Amino acid sequence: MNGDQAMRAYAAGLPAPEFPDPAWVTPKPLSESTVAIVTSAALHTPDDDAFTNADTSYRVIDRARRDLVMGHWSPNFDHTGIVLDLDVVYPINRLEELAERGVIGAVAPRHLSFAGNQPDDVATIRLDSGPRAAAALKADGVDVVLLTPV
Amino acid sequence: MSVLAHVFEAAGIATVVLSSIRPMCEKVSPPRALHCEFPLGRPLGRPNDPEFQHDVLARAFALLDAPSGPVLVDHPEVIESDEQPLACALPPRFDPSLPPAVDEARGLRKAYDRLLARRGVTAVGRVTDADGVPAALGVLHAIANGADWKEAGLPGGNTVAVCHDIRNYYEEAAVELVDGPPPVGRAMEDWFYDQTEAGRTILAARAAIRDSGAKFPIWFYMVAGHR
Repeated sequence: MNGDQAMRAYAAGLPAPEFPDPAWVTPKPLSESTVAIVTSAALHTPDDDAFTNADTSYRVIDRARRDLVMGHWSPNFDHTGIVLDLDVVYPINRLEELAERGVIGAVAPRHLSFAGNQPDDVATIRLDSGPRAAAALKADGVDVVLLTPV
Repeated sequence: MSVLAHVFEAAGIATVVLSSIRPMCEKVSPPRALHCEFPLGRPLGRPNDPEFQHDVLARAFALLDAPSGPVLVDHPEVIESDEQPLACALPPRFDPSLPPAVDEARGLRKAYDRLLARRGVTAVGRVTDADGVPAALGVLHAIANGADWKEAGLPGGNTVAVCHDIRNYYEEAAVELVDGPPPVGRAMEDWFYDQTEAGRTILAARAAIRDSGAKFPIWFYMVAGHR
């Protein structure tokens, strides 16, 4: 079993929170939508606070920033893809191209980064930092969020 | 990721998840997900391949047209994480009076600096910087040879953080040194643990810390779990 297979088998058995009555937003046309990226890769700028182990908060990434590092604490996935190409984790340049082509309405002014290694009950991101993040995105006029994991 | 999708959707924002672990995505069941069986850590699949990345995004954004959900669709391509070690020359032994990993790390410094100059940013710096990497390896070498890990002088006193810094230093140097196409998925990890003195030193230090009775998280997360 290789490392990715081992990690996928392990993660498949982790407890999963239930959402018995999930919300569903009917989106407006993509060509009129402002799109933000929210990643769980623990990306941050060098001048921002690093992620602690078991960090439940998020970092804000200005649309123009490209000097990002991956501060994730897990040694269980590849950390070199992002060294080769930021967009393989955080496709900000691809979004800019889609906006230029008119495929999406606009690129959001700010994007968000969480750390994927959350406590099993995910209570904080569900009840505290997640809703705060949503309010920040709404304040920026975000209509669509693309979520990218690692 | 899928949890945040539910939270955002409840706040009135439409979401699309790029899924990396399908059984988890099935259980949490976000409104819209494109499952991508790609190397973990590369959700858009292929570095430096804008065309492929746009294909992933187009398939993901197409899910916004679904009239109801949840929808979980698979990207048609599977990208394996390559377990073949990459071809990457290591520096020759220079100062035999030093532990091999310390000598090796010093020899990689120019390659590390070249990438830093080109890229402008480095992931090294949790508890030490590039200047401190050889010394940190010296401490791990001592631990592997019987020194008490709590008193050996590990930077930051954090076994996991220092291993991230060392591995990032090596992997960033290797990106500059690699022969041929850029490494796929796990290839860099295999190179680090199987071929470098630093990888061997970390594995040996980890075994020594484990055998000394240290708590599980202190030694386990020093390396990838399946090792």
